[in-house]
Amino acid sequence: MLDYVKLMALGLVAILAAIAADWGYDLAYQVHAALIMVIAGVMFIWQVRQIGNSPVLADTSGYLDSVVRAGVIATGFWGVVGFLAGVFIAFQLAFPGLNFEWGQPFTNFGRLRPLHTSAVIFAFGGNALIMSSFYIVQRTCGARLWGGNLAWFVFWGYQLFIVLAATGYLLGATQSKEYAEPEWYVDIWLTVVWVAFLAVYLGTIFKRREKHIYVANWFLLSFIITVAMLHIVNNLSIPVSILGSKSVQVFSGVQDAMTQWWYGHNAVGFFLTAGFLGMMYYFVPKQAERPVFSYKLSIIHFWALIFLYIWAGPHHLHYTALPDWASTLGMVFSIILWMPSWGGMINGLMTLQGAWDKLRTDPIIRMMVISLAFYGMSTFEGPMMSIRAVNSLSHYTDWTIGHVHSGALGWNGMITFGALYFLTPRLWGRKQMYSMSAIDWHFWLATIGIVLYAASMWVTGIMEGLMWREVDAQGFLVNSFADTVSAKFPMYVVRGLGGVLYLAGGLIMVWNMWMTIRGAAPKHAMVGVPAE
Amino acid sequence: MADNKDRDDVTGIDTTGHEWDGIKELNNPLPRWWLWCFYGTIVWGIAYTIAYPAWPLVNAATSGVLGYSTRAEVAEQIAAVDAQNAEVSARLASADLATLAPDDDAHRYGVAGGASVFLAHCSQCHGSGAAGALGYPNLLDDDWLWGGELDAIEYTVRHGIRNDVDPDARWSEMPAFGEIFEDEEIAATVEYVLSISGQDHDASLAEQGATLFEEQCTACHGDAGEGMRDLGAPRLSDAIWLYGGDREALTETITYSRFGVMPPWGQRLDEAEIKAVTLYLHQLGGGE
Repeated sequence: MLDYVKLMALGLVAILAAIAADWGYDLAYQVHAALIMVIAGVMFIWQVRQIGNSPVLADTSGYLDSVVRAGVIATGFWGVVGFLAGVFIAFQLAFPGLNFEWGQPFTNFGRLRPLHTSAVIFAFGGNALIMSSFYIVQRTCGARLWGGNLAWFVFWGYQLFIVLAATGYLLGATQSKEYAEPEWYVDIWLTVVWVAFLAVYLGTIFKRREKHIYVANWFLLSFIITVAMLHIVNNLSIPVSILGSKSVQVFSGVQDAMTQWWYGHNAVGFFLTAGFLGMMYYFVPKQAERPVFSYKLSIIHFWALIFLYIWAGPHHLHYTALPDWASTLGMVFSIILWMPSWGGMINGLMTLQGAWDKLRTDPIIRMMVISLAFYGMSTFEGPMMSIRAVNSLSHYTDWTIGHVHSGALGWNGMITFGALYFLTPRLWGRKQMYSMSAIDWHFWLATIGIVLYAASMWVTGIMEGLMWREVDAQGFLVNSFADTVSAKFPMYVVRGLGGVLYLAGGLIMVWNMWMTIRGAAPKHAMVGVPAE
Repeated sequence: MADNKDRDDVTGIDTTGHEWDGIKELNNPLPRWWLWCFYGTIVWGIAYTIAYPAWPLVNAATSGVLGYSTRAEVAEQIAAVDAQNAEVSARLASADLATLAPDDDAHRYGVAGGASVFLAHCSQCHGSGAAGALGYPNLLDDDWLWGGELDAIEYTVRHGIRNDVDPDARWSEMPAFGEIFEDEEIAATVEYVLSISGQDHDASLAEQGATLFEEQCTACHGDAGEGMRDLGAPRLSDAIWLYGGDREALTETITYSRFGVMPPWGQRLDEAEIKAVTLYLHQLGGGE
């Protein structure tokens, strides 16, 4: 009976999607409807073929790791896609001729840029967070994921969200909110997937066999809940038509700007900080085989971090239509946030107490340590840049881009690489990664890449800010905007090269993961490789 | 309390006694320096929100004991610069540019300010160095479409070209000869224009084109293609081209015509700024 209900539902979805594809007002909507139609159609046929087969009973006694394995592969795949897009748009900025005529308007910088940011934050980072949440919550609760195949729905539903968002940007569907570009129906779909994610996660916590909830789970749960809240409020909008992708925001003017940056900054705070701290709190002690440094510090910095972060958004809107009081509060809370942010770094680094020698022998630990170092650096730089006077120089310049990337490439990227190297051999039952020296290569390529990237953006950012504000004795501006653009050219090339190195490291990692998964015999025995 | 708990052998610190998947937690206290820095930022934060506008109340937010406001700050800075320049700026605004001596302060002020106006408003089309680009005239040379005297430049800046915003905008429109000529006639005219501008051309076609040019083009471009500033008609007998002077570009120009537009800056800039940018352009090299 259930089979027939499923069949009817899938058939209905396919038919409605076909109608929507036919009647849709814009290309993005039509392509998306056609995509849904094909997916529902294929699932319909598959379901028909299943009817009459006796159901396969899976063993549900152990942990549900197949979905984590899929997440590991998706993280590696989307990472490379996102880095590649980033390298390409970096060179588009240096050499505008790369906005090829034949690719217009789809491969224009303006459409590829959100593709890059969403690919790295939501596709690479999001998959890393979802798969490690699923892994960590099972291990630290001693319980299988709640909800049966709901975790698989979360995985595939999230991949569909990524594809809808990415193709939407290329086809011109965007609501023009940074990091919240997808249009209304994609937002609704993500909400459904995210609620399912929360249900799986909470369900597993509820049926845990450990008495206490491990600190990693506090961070991951705060990430899941807060992101749901941010996503829903910032995407409150009314579609122009049920048959088109365009929608109109409920808020307007400075209220819309404030909502956007409340969202935007907490996407950094809860997606890229709290979520990844959750990963850090599991993978660092596991890889170092040492206890977490301080339980007290983890409590205090957790509550301080989540209480303070939510206020910090207005520092993105200094010297705008935003009233001064909101701007001051944003700045003050950002600065008070400094120590709570560093609490995570201290707890991570000091966990290596008694295991510092592993820095020489274990490239995975080295990756995690450099990730914590970049975390500390960017969580110092962030409060500094939120100071109104500093912001008047740094805002709208490449300094912001450099800041974001030292956090994203350094902190989020490196901790994710560490997690992937930790998980891949364990999930596929291998003794260790296929090549330890490839991990070393990855480490150095990525580190040098980040240094080139961040340093070049600091230089251009500060130069650009100084050039914009340069006035002569009579108060006249000295430089035109185009003067700053041409002055930045050499640093844009350096930044692009940094990106190439980072991408190369990512490709080595994916190759190494592939060889490990295939089960190739490791090139070396299970001994650490000394650092060069 | 600590007695019945595990102790970490490496550090000699007690753990909390919990364990998850092999992970334990040490019972270290908060690092002192961390705690004091945290307290320090909180105290600073409280003080800062007392000093500056910060806390939203029912009808308005607290304005802070320093009475600071970003808008007041920038208004103050602008007012200070305006006050410093008030006298010379007023003199420039009411000056007759033609008789303003180059060593007059108002002239110097105008050139410096004009450069800044140019970078902010004009460089997007004419380039930061005023060398122009395809479709946007070079302002460094002495080849002027509408005149290079101070009052001609000022008029162009103030009213713009071919815009429908300012009724006094400079206006002229070349017909699209694709609707008038046969293709062969266009080709012949192109060869003639190539010939008068001293480029390689087909002599027999150019001869046919000469007749067409005389009938259709000389009214604006002059008998010898020397151009006419009253109509903004470019000189065709030199090597300077706004939209390109090769066979392909000329064919496109004659077939479809061109329609370059410039906004009326009189509606955006004040009197002193218009005079300033006029002086700046005039002294770039081509002023007459």
